[in-house]
Amino acid sequence: MEKNSKAFQRVYTKLFQLTKATVSLYATGIGYEELAIVDGRLAQVVKIMGDMVTLQVFAGTEGIATNAEVIFTGKAPTLKVSDELAGRFFNAYGEPLDGGQVMGQEREIGGPSVNPVRRKQPSELIATGIAGIDLNNSLVTGQKIPFFADPDQPFNQVMAMVALRAKADKIILAGIGLTNDDYLYFKQIFDNAGALDRIVGFINTTENPPVERLLVPDMALTAAEYFAVEKHQKVLVLLTDMTLYADALSIVSNRMDQIPSKDSMPGSLYSDLARLYEKAVQFPDGGSITIIAVTTLSGGDITHAIPDNTGYITEGQLFLRKDTDVGKVIVDPFRSLSRLKQLVIGKKTRQDHPQVMNAAVRLYADAANAKTKLENGFDLTNYDERTLDFAKEYSEKLLAIDVNIDVDTMLETAYSLFRKYFSPAEVGIRQEFIEKYWNQS
Amino acid sequence: MRTIGKVTGIISNLVIVEVEGRVSQNEICFIEHSDAKLMAEVIKILGKKAYVQVFESTRGLRVGSPVEFVDHMLEVTLGPGLLSKNYDGLQNDLDKMEGVFLRKGDYTAPLDNDKLFAFTPLAKVGDKVSAGSWLGEVKENWISHKIMLPFKMTGEYTLVSIKEGGEFTVVDTIAVVKDKDGTEYPITMSQKWPVKIPIRTYKDKPRPFKIMETGIRVMDTLNPLAEGGTGFIPGPFGSGKTVLQHNISKNAEADLVIIAACGERANEVVEIFTEFPHLDDPRSGRKLMERTTIIANTSNMPVAAREASVYTAMTLAEYYRSMGLKVLLLADSTSRWAQALREMSNRMEELPGPDGFPMDLPAIISNFYSRAGFVYLNNGQTGSITFIGTVSPAGGNLKEPVTESTKKAARCFYALSQARADSKRYPAIDPIDSYSKYLEYPEIAEYLNKTVAPNWTANVFEAKDILLRGKEAHEQINILGDDGVPLNYHLKYWKAELIDFVILQQDAFDKIDSSSRLNRQHYMLEKVLWVCNTDFQFDSFEEVNPYFKRVINQFKQMNYAEFESDNFVKYENELDNIIQERKIA
Repeated sequence: MEKNSKAFQRVYTKLFQLTKATVSLYATGIGYEELAIVDGRLAQVVKIMGDMVTLQVFAGTEGIATNAEVIFTGKAPTLKVSDELAGRFFNAYGEPLDGGQVMGQEREIGGPSVNPVRRKQPSELIATGIAGIDLNNSLVTGQKIPFFADPDQPFNQVMAMVALRAKADKIILAGIGLTNDDYLYFKQIFDNAGALDRIVGFINTTENPPVERLLVPDMALTAAEYFAVEKHQKVLVLLTDMTLYADALSIVSNRMDQIPSKDSMPGSLYSDLARLYEKAVQFPDGGSITIIAVTTLSGGDITHAIPDNTGYITEGQLFLRKDTDVGKVIVDPFRSLSRLKQLVIGKKTRQDHPQVMNAAVRLYADAANAKTKLENGFDLTNYDERTLDFAKEYSEKLLAIDVNIDVDTMLETAYSLFRKYFSPAEVGIRQEFIEKYWNQS
Repeated sequence: MRTIGKVTGIISNLVIVEVEGRVSQNEICFIEHSDAKLMAEVIKILGKKAYVQVFESTRGLRVGSPVEFVDHMLEVTLGPGLLSKNYDGLQNDLDKMEGVFLRKGDYTAPLDNDKLFAFTPLAKVGDKVSAGSWLGEVKENWISHKIMLPFKMTGEYTLVSIKEGGEFTVVDTIAVVKDKDGTEYPITMSQKWPVKIPIRTYKDKPRPFKIMETGIRVMDTLNPLAEGGTGFIPGPFGSGKTVLQHNISKNAEADLVIIAACGERANEVVEIFTEFPHLDDPRSGRKLMERTTIIANTSNMPVAAREASVYTAMTLAEYYRSMGLKVLLLADSTSRWAQALREMSNRMEELPGPDGFPMDLPAIISNFYSRAGFVYLNNGQTGSITFIGTVSPAGGNLKEPVTESTKKAARCFYALSQARADSKRYPAIDPIDSYSKYLEYPEIAEYLNKTVAPNWTANVFEAKDILLRGKEAHEQINILGDDGVPLNYHLKYWKAELIDFVILQQDAFDKIDSSSRLNRQHYMLEKVLWVCNTDFQFDSFEEVNPYFKRVINQFKQMNYAEFESDNFVKYENELDNIIQERKIA
């Protein structure tokens, strides 16, 4: 039942197998991962056995008949890239939501990796004004870092704030199963900030089929590579929420009868996530891709396969937590980590930055111990009480996400707290810094 | 005639090839795809069907594409010029590749065929030689690179001629040998070897009897790694595995360091590319990069090449060991390699073992670890491979299959603890759970007591004991409260804290503290134990904490000061005064 409608396009109309997500048919000359249109819906080749081809239909197979028309396009999924992307929002297939067209070069999404020897070591600080990030977990261009947060935490708000303060040339929002409300929130906050011309959005909301989500991060990162490689721009990519991306992966692998590994996730989860996150890069000519993602947790459990694999891939993670003592959301200093901070702190910032950071966190840890003692009904020493007072003020003045000050002010604030509650020996930072800064600020 | 075939099935990077002619397990083949040839390895044969894992993305590949088999397994090229190179898992020279992005089927030569090396002969015409015999040497960076009779040449040969000296490339003939039948073979400075087969051109592999100094106190002092020994570092993410490995690679007392970045972050490899060319090797005074070779299969590079990357690294290490060198091999992380095996086993629809890993995982891991070791070469010289692998346990759970399999194979266990990392006690090696089997070897104890100090091992065990008692005291204090335990418990706890802060914790980012030589470690341990064995006068437990904080602070200033410098002595004198304040005479 083969007929030719256009050159290079082969059309088939005989499906012999249909599942919830896949259709199979006999066809020849088909390339692996090639895109096809099944009854008007986009689909991709996931398995070829002889002349038997299995296609994954992104929007699901509801209502597809065994005589549905299948057109092979002869190419992998692509995105048209040009400056016309800026200021616009697209669906998971890279089609503008405003109904218009994009003139530009067609690029395959999910393209090859950067040769590691062609990368540059990231070294540029991204200042966010949030001390929980800048002081304790400084971000660097070319970094990839997720927020690990429970669904009720304000991660999208913090992410939008970070994006707007980050001085990026382009902000690329990949909305993966975003609620429509959050999508409109992002649109509005970028619009209010007058930043809409720097934004490119690829949006799959909860109203769209889940498997379509698998295309969104690749679309966003293909656009990011265009601006970073060809325009030498600093690009910030926001991926929210990667847990829903991983869930979509598990749906597909389940329907493909693959043996699940931990937490019903596919065995290739690590590679699947790494392929995306590793697109974060600093190029020698100034272009860069920085990825800030969100991985929602269930009940703060980071041992689940999704946050666990993510943590091994990303360069740290940021934890949000509500501090009930001060009634504010803070960036948790214990569980948060920025692996690349060593490249900038004490180098791009004041040289005592690392020691001040560590001393403050250590004292905060002492306060946590004191709190446990208190809860267990033991007497507190004078030192314990001082750490508790310190912790409260530290949380309020530095860890809270509503802080917006520069790094020097953060350091001065830290010294003022040290001085108020402790002796230099209790703080335990290097003598030369004590001499230089203890009485300065 | 080479065997050919054609593609009949594609599932991700598993490709099924219908073969015409003979084919062998693990044989390499090339699949034609547009204008590139994709390298692949046979992993299963069923009748005329060969299942091959492709070392590249198979996007766009079609059924019917021609395949050519090359009649050998995955091989690496060995010869002068390997040092300081940046390779991918298949030994392609990454610097020779064009463009920002890796291209499919872009394979580059591992050695530079036009580079000249000054050759000096070591063997004489008429000498009896066998595989691994040193024929001559060239200078590679600062090491003397031995030119050996290729490892593939079995049996005995006689040297017919050898170049007297002069400059040659790796493809020039530098010698000719003949076998017992008189057939002559030309010898060049380069050779090939299949990575999955160990190089066994040594006479004897004794139990390790020396230690490999790493400059890291918690390792060298408490749980030393033997030269030629094996160790592994399991730890949840964020516990400092990578920082620790990088620090070991910078400071370890090795002639050369091979780093296999296996399925890890690209920026970590970039850190090595960027920093090592500028950092000084504390021992030779040369740049660290001169002794370092990197095999990079970062997490976004093809999964199938991950397995190859660790074998490639091990084979390069064995090559240099055969020259009588001390090689340190680091693999970060072996879990990624195990995961690559799992992905493939899954695609081939094999029955899974625990957590979906292949059933033979423990065998594969112990087999790999067994390739390390200290050896006596056939000419009486010695060489060694010390191997440290990191493991990334899923969910931080040390009961998962990769950690358990590795624990059976490796002799040192450096458990990174989340609790220590959370309280920023780095390196986060747990002093109680970690162990070094080598400390139990009488030959190692004898070596340590001879080279460091006669009472060294006794001191080490004493320190371990104090740590353990401190932990017990801490638990009691937590249960009964500060004032519910005798004062002595507080002292026990703070003595353990003293060892923790002064010996165990080390600032990897401080120029001086990041590396501590054994003589300095010895000095500090003696000093700390002296404090621990001092009787102090305290009236209440509330005095203990601030006093020991002062003592610790003073010790830390010593750690940050150059050993035996004026500042060091000054801090030590101040420390002595603090001790005198409460010492019971």
